[in-house]
Amino acid sequence: MNRRLVAAGVAGLLAISAAVAAALAAEIPLDQRRSSYEDMSPGNKAMQDDDTANPAVLFVLDGEALWNAKAGASGKSCADCHGDAATSMKGVAARYPAFDNALRRPVDLEQRINISREQNQKAAPFAFESKEMLALSTYIATQSRGEPISQFDDPRLRPFIEKGRAIFHQRQGQLNLSCAQCHDDNWGKSLAGNIIPQAHPTGYPIYRLEWQNLGSLQRRLRNCMTGIRAEPYPFGAPEYVDLELFLMWRARGMPMETPGVRP
Amino acid sequence: MAARTLVNVPPKAKRGEVIQIRTLISHAMENGFRHDNMGKPIPRDIITSFVCSYNGETIFDATLHPAVSANPFLTFHTVATESGTIDFKWIGDNGFSQEASAKITVE
Amino acid sequence: MLDKLFGARPTRRIFLAGAASLMIVRPAAATPQAMAAAIRQVAGEAEIKPGKIKLDLPPLVENGNSVATTVKVESPMTATDYVKAIHISTEKNPQPNVISVKLGPRSGKAEFQTRIRLADTQQVVAICEMSDGTFWSDKVDVILTLSACLEDPV
Repeated sequence: MNRRLVAAGVAGLLAISAAVAAALAAEIPLDQRRSSYEDMSPGNKAMQDDDTANPAVLFVLDGEALWNAKAGASGKSCADCHGDAATSMKGVAARYPAFDNALRRPVDLEQRINISREQNQKAAPFAFESKEMLALSTYIATQSRGEPISQFDDPRLRPFIEKGRAIFHQRQGQLNLSCAQCHDDNWGKSLAGNIIPQAHPTGYPIYRLEWQNLGSLQRRLRNCMTGIRAEPYPFGAPEYVDLELFLMWRARGMPMETPGVRP
Repeated sequence: MAARTLVNVPPKAKRGEVIQIRTLISHAMENGFRHDNMGKPIPRDIITSFVCSYNGETIFDATLHPAVSANPFLTFHTVATESGTIDFKWIGDNGFSQEASAKITVE
Repeated sequence: MLDKLFGARPTRRIFLAGAASLMIVRPAAATPQAMAAAIRQVAGEAEIKPGKIKLDLPPLVENGNSVATTVKVESPMTATDYVKAIHISTEKNPQPNVISVKLGPRSGKAEFQTRIRLADTQQVVAICEMSDGTFWSDKVDVILTLSACLEDPV
């Protein structure tokens, strides 16, 4: 038989079964989506709501200082080009990850910050999860507090959203679980005394009580993978950005809560 | 690098009014009971004392132990007696020392 | 099969086994006796009566790293009748003392808030010392839940 025909047939079957598999994990109807803020105790909700008590605000203040600090060979601060962050950065985090023309793929906010630092400020990039990166990205993301998450309808993002969706539905690790099995199929149920969240990244970077520190979405995703006993992708892997993009698309329209507090 | 602090004092108050003061400081409060990946104990490094004074007179004095959470949050009350400065001082292990202050106008 | 996984009530031991070093290691000293000794150190031989002081802690805690805690004492806080000090202790943390706070007539209100660490399900005790030398106490039993998915350090 013609090998190409067979290959096409097999590819077709695989595509159909992937689509069926994706459809089997029931996606949460848009009007039933809820932030994990709703599942927190009153004390923790109060911690998030109060800017005089939210430990993340300490990082936001550090981020503001970084925004205004001259950096690199350029001697320029973020403010020198972007002005007042409250104006220029409003809504920005709500539409990240965003497509980067030069790289021809989406980048997340942390990567975007480093691209600006290297190319425009001629400064060394911040390390992943460093105090500086967390402070600056949280400061920028806080300017989107209350803004609805983007619909992500840039057509160039579509293939990457689908890649992220595939990761979300892929069984991984020694526990052989996919994200969807907990967060689409069993949200709201108890897992060892915790309520399984729907896993919308509305509050990132978050102050996580478990970490006693602020942390990025990528840190949380690495921990999810460790939790199901899977080998996390290396720091900065494109899989994280694809997955972050899918999660943000899945949360489209929901309001940003950064900086969030979570147990 | 100085530890980031966030203090909240009402800028104005009536004489005799009881006001609430809220404080937050960035500090890991390493409790001294943890071990690193190699099994080596991580030494204790905490804030041990927090003192608040109002125009020089101590109005709140706390002794902290490792069981206080990271990024210590403390709120307390005081009577607004007169206009002036409210000073905050945190002291801790390894020579840690951080100060902050806020002004208050009392009518 | 998934129902069995989610319906089961796994003990904390299953999750603690193979846990990363982030867990607080409990030395042998953490006992109710250690807490009693710490309280004696503060109050001496004085009788400690329940009452007047109110310790506010959630009975069920999602994460022991940061538990919102409020302490209030009924007191007029005048120059002759005020709260001198408040002490919080725990029975199962590695060390019994949590925080001690000195107040005075200038406080206006005997109330403070903080966030504390609790290593395990346990009893937390608050003691206050009044200007007349009397001691009063309140205690709260707290249940701690553990994170469902344990993590490695960054």
